[in-house]
Amino acid sequence: MAIDHANQEAAARILEGQPILTDVAPAADVIPGMERTLILHAGPPITWERMSGPLRGAVIGGLLYEGLARDEREAAQRAASGTVRFAPCHEHATVGPMAGITTASMPVYVVENRRFGNRAYSTLNEGYGKVLRYGAYSSDVLDRLRWINDVLGPAVGEALRLLGGIDMKSLIAQQLTMGDEGHNRNKAGSALMARMLAPALAETGLDRPNLGRVLRYFAETDLAVLNPVMAACKAILDPAHGIAGSTLVTAMARNGTDFGIRVSGLGNRWFVAPAEIPVGLFFPGFSQEDANPDIGDSTITETAGIGAFAMAAAPAIVQFVGGTPQMALEATQEMYEITVAENPAWGIPVLGFRGTPTGIDIRKVVKTGITPRVNTGIAHKQAGLGQVGAGLVRPPMACFEAALEAAAEALAS
Amino acid sequence: MIVRSAVKRSTYVDSVTLMLVQKEVRQQPGVTEAGLVVATDANRTLLRDAGLLSPEAEAAGPDDLVISVSGTSDNVVAAALALAEQLLTQRRHPTAAGEYRPRTIAAARRMLPDATIAAISVPGRFAAAVARDVLQEGLHVFLFSDNVPLEDELALKRMAAERGRLLMGPDCGTALVGGVGLGFANKVRRGSVGIVAAAGTGLQEVSTLIHRFGGGVSQGIGTGGRDVSQAVGGMTMLQGLAALAADPETTVLVLVAKPPHPGVAARILGAAQRAGKPVVACFVGSRVASRGRVVGAGTLEDAALTAVRLAVGRTGEPPPSLALPAQEAARLAPGQRNLRGLYSGGTLCAEAQGLLRGYVGHVRSNAPLDPADATDGLAPSSGHTVLDLGGEEFTQGRLHPMIDPTLRLQRLAQEAEDPEVGVVLLDVVLGFGADRDPAQTLAPAIAQARQQALAAGRYLCVIGALCGTEEDPQEYRDQQEMLVAAGMLVESSNARAARLAGRILAGRGAKSEERASPLLEVTPQDVDLPDAAEVVRLLHAPPQVINVGLELFAESLREQRIPVVDLDWRPPAGGKKHLLELLNKLEA
Repeated sequence: MAIDHANQEAAARILEGQPILTDVAPAADVIPGMERTLILHAGPPITWERMSGPLRGAVIGGLLYEGLARDEREAAQRAASGTVRFAPCHEHATVGPMAGITTASMPVYVVENRRFGNRAYSTLNEGYGKVLRYGAYSSDVLDRLRWINDVLGPAVGEALRLLGGIDMKSLIAQQLTMGDEGHNRNKAGSALMARMLAPALAETGLDRPNLGRVLRYFAETDLAVLNPVMAACKAILDPAHGIAGSTLVTAMARNGTDFGIRVSGLGNRWFVAPAEIPVGLFFPGFSQEDANPDIGDSTITETAGIGAFAMAAAPAIVQFVGGTPQMALEATQEMYEITVAENPAWGIPVLGFRGTPTGIDIRKVVKTGITPRVNTGIAHKQAGLGQVGAGLVRPPMACFEAALEAAAEALAS
Repeated sequence: MIVRSAVKRSTYVDSVTLMLVQKEVRQQPGVTEAGLVVATDANRTLLRDAGLLSPEAEAAGPDDLVISVSGTSDNVVAAALALAEQLLTQRRHPTAAGEYRPRTIAAARRMLPDATIAAISVPGRFAAAVARDVLQEGLHVFLFSDNVPLEDELALKRMAAERGRLLMGPDCGTALVGGVGLGFANKVRRGSVGIVAAAGTGLQEVSTLIHRFGGGVSQGIGTGGRDVSQAVGGMTMLQGLAALAADPETTVLVLVAKPPHPGVAARILGAAQRAGKPVVACFVGSRVASRGRVVGAGTLEDAALTAVRLAVGRTGEPPPSLALPAQEAARLAPGQRNLRGLYSGGTLCAEAQGLLRGYVGHVRSNAPLDPADATDGLAPSSGHTVLDLGGEEFTQGRLHPMIDPTLRLQRLAQEAEDPEVGVVLLDVVLGFGADRDPAQTLAPAIAQARQQALAAGRYLCVIGALCGTEEDPQEYRDQQEMLVAAGMLVESSNARAARLAGRILAGRGAKSEERASPLLEVTPQDVDLPDAAEVVRLLHAPPQVINVGLELFAESLREQRIPVVDLDWRPPAGGKKHLLELLNKLEA
């Protein structure tokens, strides 16, 4: 029938995607519609009034970084005044982890889907500790962003150009055979990325202290590859969006207040419901009490069939979900129940290289009562305190029920 | 009295599992009452009536599971709640650790690619959709669920026929496929008698008696009772007949049903003439006239005997009855003139009514052979009454009496107090799926009932038909000995038990103008046998099964060493009607 046919088409587009990490460039130069007073954020649309702590903090940091405000108070006033605009990263072919704040002068990875010609973008990962994505905006945070802008971004961009790009589909395939699931665990993928970039970085003519700092960044940042992985997922999912009649999910994202999904055949509408608080393991000194509701665009990985969907590939991190390796297998097996395809490029060794579950069908979600699984970092609910743990969360069923209503209406009209 | 509840959000557990846990919790010392229910409006009312509706239970919704316990102290109630949760967790993971429990038929198929049949026992209103999914996947169906609307049965049977697939049911209690019991079934010798039955305990009785008489069973195909109604027209019975006619391992056929609609009987008996093999027809409560290769049998025992004689030429002798009817009758007090039947098997209940008619005249029942004899099963009985305790009015929110003896034990005590009751007749059905040790609870209850009667200056005659084989999981001999020791007159067939009851009552002066089994007057209609090649293929090997619904059935299949994937079934869309309608729109 028509819906199944549309879904097959959408799934085929996801499977055919060829995401190549080609460059690093200033957001204003590459992101469509990017402006100096536009602040991109994670998740579905949200107003300043409804933003949670970490997102507000990151907005303030973004405004300070762009020189749109001199201090915290002015930044908050500006954010509330309407003289800057907020928009979801997703609506500008961009994805950002946690708060996802992306502003005009920030360098961003450029991932090109060679099969369909579209591009997707994401910022460079800042590493650990006090970072903008968790809402920190102190001067050392901004200094680090400036170093990324001045040194890391241009160096990685040049190295990528020298390499002719990195095939992200192949990199993801490799990391899945090395214990990563591409969302919470990216240790292997980041090492692979560093290994590919290192010789090219040496050829960029960077001076020794800076080359040392850049290489040290890759040595210390287990999450370095998360942002290009996210952009690669976004790049392969965007061509699957906008197929009339399709009930496949093309984006899942959270802004720290709401969880939102977009569905291929339902235009640019977001179907939202209050974001839940993830359950997981907490770093020493923190507890469930400190957790912010779910936040970040990194659920693009699950939407593309990795992350929690590929949990069976990453038994090393099952403790985050309080579980056993067996539960990791079950997590992936469960996701096959709500998807329409398997990605032959991304095989999971322990499942006999069965392809990752791909193409979430809202009908299957509502019918089975199984919501997608999401692996996630957990942000402190106060701005700037950073990551307090990692764990598991699921989108609210209400998102899928609302989308189903809309799909039925669309079918009737 | 302390009442407390635990609420498990968005949790679904099948009703049999819930009730088994409930039964166990209720038996804990100090526990007054226990209830495990999905918190629908109706179930919350049940909790209220049982004094179990705590504020938490009151606030729970239809996606939530509520465990409520009342008891004598905080400690007792807390321990009972903990026990309930522990039993539920154990039951949720009956397999070796590590087996993923799929949620959809498609996923289950992937785990068991050679699956041949699905056993479906989900609540009736969801059953048709599951059966459709299964047929679409090319599997045969054993549909245990009842309360499936007639139009769904018709649509499913047409769909199955188009695909050459067998759809046994709805409301199919028993089948023996490739030597394996599905649903409530006994372990019987393999052999050359093939059975098609529109009557679950009829199939159990005939198959165990064939075993007892030295024969064996090739296949036992169930059809569901409504199959032989005018509306359905015996579609599955004709298909089963055709399959067994074509099955090289089957040399003799047995057809079992409560009396079909005359038009349907004519078609079935006409088709039977074309089977090319002898066919024994037993339409319980009536007698089919023998004609051509069709031999009529008046009772299930008679059908088994005839079939074994035809298949192997000789039969093992049925053991002689040790009970002496005249002597039993003489022990009854003057006012003890009535009989009460307390049956767990519907077909056995019908057979008993038919036979008793010849001794005592009309017998009332909640499942009467003749509509004129209908009585309200829930009301106290009077006169001669034989109840089917597996009837709908008894199984609302309660386990089938073949699994849970509670209702029958209560009823037994109640009937024993009636000074006009002299004879109690009941069935004890063994086999897979059934109570693991029925005598353990029944024997003491019988002894006590007889003791009470004695104390009141009466004598109570308890007669039981024990249906099963020595190979059943319950240990037939032990069950028999315990029941005999409790004073039950144990007969090896239902017909013998019913006749013994009839003779005792006749010895007390009961009279009848009725014929035990009126002759069924139908002219066979010439009917072509449907194509059954796919069904024969199914029967050829032990089945590989996808179980959807009661975990009990998956367990008994594992016990028979059959590959089974037990679906972790939940009501689609959480059972929410509006969403189901939307899904139908988007899935057509």
